[in-house]
Amino acid sequence: MALDIAAVRQIAFLARIKVPDAELESLAKELSHIIGWVEQLNEVETEGVQPIYSVSEMTLYQREDKVTDGDCRGKVLANAPDRVGGFFAVPKVVE
Amino acid sequence: MTTDLTRMTIAEAAAGLGRGDFSALELTEAHIAAIEKARALNCFITETPDIARERARASDGRRAKGETRGPLDGIPIAVKDLFCTEGVLTTAASHILDGFKPPYESTVSAKLRDAGAVMLGKANLDQFAMGSSNTTSHYGPVKNPWRGSAGKDLVPGGSSGGSAAAVAARIVMGATGTDTGGSIRQPAAFCGIAGIKPTYGRCSRWGIVAFASSLDQAGPMARTVRDCALMLTPMCGHDPRDSTSAPIETPDFAAAPGGSVKGLKIGIPAEYRMDGMSGEIAALWEQGAQWLREAGAEIVEVSLPHTRYALATYYIIAPAEASSNLARYDGVRYGLRVPGESLDEMYENTRGQGFGAEVRRRILIGTYVLSAGYYDAYYKKAQRVRALIARDFEKAFEAVDALLTPTAPTPAFGIGEKSDDPITMYLNDVFTVPTSLAGLPGLSVPAGLGAQGLPLGLQVIGRPFDEETVLRVGEVLEQAAGFSALPEFVTEG
Repeated sequence: MALDIAAVRQIAFLARIKVPDAELESLAKELSHIIGWVEQLNEVETEGVQPIYSVSEMTLYQREDKVTDGDCRGKVLANAPDRVGGFFAVPKVVE
Repeated sequence: MTTDLTRMTIAEAAAGLGRGDFSALELTEAHIAAIEKARALNCFITETPDIARERARASDGRRAKGETRGPLDGIPIAVKDLFCTEGVLTTAASHILDGFKPPYESTVSAKLRDAGAVMLGKANLDQFAMGSSNTTSHYGPVKNPWRGSAGKDLVPGGSSGGSAAAVAARIVMGATGTDTGGSIRQPAAFCGIAGIKPTYGRCSRWGIVAFASSLDQAGPMARTVRDCALMLTPMCGHDPRDSTSAPIETPDFAAAPGGSVKGLKIGIPAEYRMDGMSGEIAALWEQGAQWLREAGAEIVEVSLPHTRYALATYYIIAPAEASSNLARYDGVRYGLRVPGESLDEMYENTRGQGFGAEVRRRILIGTYVLSAGYYDAYYKKAQRVRALIARDFEKAFEAVDALLTPTAPTPAFGIGEKSDDPITMYLNDVFTVPTSLAGLPGLSVPAGLGAQGLPLGLQVIGRPFDEETVLRVGEVLEQAAGFSALPEFVTEG
């Protein structure tokens, strides 16, 4: 399926990636080319085949329900581009 | 002296350290000096000579007290810059992780550190491990120490290109890599070294910058199969912090090489004979089968019928998982922030400027195939085909003990080539991606030089958690090939 400029703009917004307008057309072509190529999977008969999401045949185990980590606010915040009084800070979202 | 200390294998260096022929500090200094002379290759994003010296001195101290921690104690290695290292810049070769110094150490690099390995630096890679040529790094491409008869600057492969180039250039003795669709094996083949991707679940993924979580797996890269085995043992083991880490015992992999392959059945998958495969790759593959036959193995033709759909399957699943994993880079908790008028605009600006072209492409593809209305047609379809690919291998392994294939369809190519069409670049991984989708162990062994004087690799694929057979078969190939050629960077500078 070919992606047009509006579709690419929408995907880019969903992914929260700013794409300059000048790049939208070439990106639409590029992504359409890749999507067209992966569509070869439609040739494969998969009726009744269960999709697999992991190759490890394990069931996830549950660990003991107790605190194993924490009390390290300084470390958690150390790499933040902006912080205020022990919190991550972001641009104002409520007026 | 300096030259000799950088030309040894890990096994030889461990023996030399044991005999007291040289100290860990001398070994480390020799490699630090070699790294300084090899900066033109751009193997490292961050060099860590001070950490290396400190760890080498500690290793010598342990040895003096008779408290050596095994064969890696005092061995200088590189760590791919995808492993978080406590207090040391970790970039994933991206702009968006600018300045990120993790407050913790990845499980695998911690285990190597605890085994006494000496970290010389953080190796360059394709950005977020997405690429097969190391040209998507924000820190610039790595040059392959091999230039071949054409004398050109060639790619080292990718994504673990800095790791592979550093090992081949004799500036580190081994390195960690990660492999999602071939990122250990293909660069190992391009650089004339050995590298193994163990079974999915063998190595903890905790603290490794995530690309595609159902595929990502760490592994060692070194100049011999035995050296890979020496590194692999301490890298493995159950880790409660990675829910997909397998709760099984780690064998002593170093005991695996050296064994006989007499009576083993080795499969040759018919579907890997692709149209347009170069004559030298086909010839080397046949030669590999002949070496194993001469060593007493039985060569059997097998069929993996869904092989041709593996790449398309991979290029749905890997971008889908990547688009989820990379959602965490939001300019809030670490790395780059590019301001915006609103919170959304800040996210968009940060991610728009912080991700390179290939990473952006994959996030957008992943977002598309996971979006409402397309999920079943693309993502779920790919997971069904993935099941068929895994089933193909299961059936093949009912009849054989291991598979032999080429590692890559071509030798190393020039920097900048294959960059016009992303799919041309993706085809590099045609022989390695199926193994990744099935979670199986795969080893690349340097097996010869092609017509252009460039190294070529053979891949051995094994049953789940049977790295020992893979290593055993790999060492037999390595011995038969007797690969001893050195890259032009080492012989000519």
